[in-house]
Amino acid sequence: MAFKLPDLPYDYDALEPYIDIRTMEIHHTKHHGAYTSKLNDAIQGTPAESLSIEEIMASMSEYPVAVRNNGGGYFNHNLFWTILSPDGGGVPEGELLDAINRKFGSFGNFKSEFSQAAANRFGSGWAWLIRKEDGSLAVTSTPNQDNPLMDFVEVKGIPLLGLDVWEHAYYLKYQNRRPDYIEAFWNLVNWDEVARRFSK
Amino acid sequence: MAFSLPELPYALDSLEPHISRRTLEFHHGKHHQAYVNNLNKLIEGTPFAQADLEKIIREAEGGIFNNGAQVWNHTFYFTGLNPKPKEKPEGELKRAIEGAFGSLDALMEEFSKASATLFGSGWAWLVKTKDGNLDIVQEPNAGNPLRRGLQPLLTCDVWEHAYYLDYQNRRPDYIESFWKMVDWSVVEKRFNG
Repeated sequence: MAFKLPDLPYDYDALEPYIDIRTMEIHHTKHHGAYTSKLNDAIQGTPAESLSIEEIMASMSEYPVAVRNNGGGYFNHNLFWTILSPDGGGVPEGELLDAINRKFGSFGNFKSEFSQAAANRFGSGWAWLIRKEDGSLAVTSTPNQDNPLMDFVEVKGIPLLGLDVWEHAYYLKYQNRRPDYIEAFWNLVNWDEVARRFSK
Repeated sequence: MAFSLPELPYALDSLEPHISRRTLEFHHGKHHQAYVNNLNKLIEGTPFAQADLEKIIREAEGGIFNNGAQVWNHTFYFTGLNPKPKEKPEGELKRAIEGAFGSLDALMEEFSKASATLFGSGWAWLVKTKDGNLDIVQEPNAGNPLRRGLQPLLTCDVWEHAYYLDYQNRRPDYIESFWKMVDWSVVEKRFNG
């Protein structure tokens, strides 16, 4: 069964002024769309066709690089759209906030560690908040379209929050000012969705 | 020894319509400049404080390598382009291209493919090998072929910042435009020198 490009859970202009309509349209229909169709091309006629995207991630070292790049791109963008919201921002609550405080000392500390990871990723890639196997949280970063579910990455875990720092995610609006894009991102984070992923 | 940003050998708007003035303003004035500034900060008080860029590219790691190589790569990229380029190689270089690839068209096709298929940020390169042959290689992020003993002759920057304002996701269109600006007289000099 072929993977499908999911619809956005909001309109293309819904994340203005933090992410502009043109960036969202190209990012979703062209970039995410291309990862989806290239993933389908890469797995066509192979046993991977009957697996979930998470199952493919978990044994990624066994797949050709086209599956790694496009499967990663497919999964990462699926997650990214859901953890953003026009009603986002603010601070997490409940057990997620407790876990953040336990690990990072405060929400502010977490924010600055995550922002640092996003700013310091050289080239293209992602910053992540993950839940590790032992249940603790960690901030990590992966190059290109790799992610913390892939079996070969150094720091593995369930991604709860991800920030795309490929230049295509922000260049039309922010150009070389990646830190401004990262700052704007915090106004969009859908903490309900992050909490849902945390408690799953 | 502090590094400084080399000036562009042409006006900011002179590569239009292939590369816009706005792209060059950011690419040269912000990105290239930031690599210079970062490098100068990072080398202070290190063994690389007096090193030239080639030494940094061959020996440094981490931030010093990334910023040093990006300073070199961008200067090399910008100086390989010209609004009034020599459109075809001649002489020794022409013969070497025909020997290695069969024709200039075949070289361009292979180089374009290397540029289009590099996943993420990076560079495609035409290089001279130690035994004098030509080859095409890809380098991710700040990668530079000098580090593995290859002599760079021509490069195409395929970081998204090089083309996103003008071409967005259409990297192949940018690569096609790239060929209209490549100055083969510069490539000949690099090859013969």
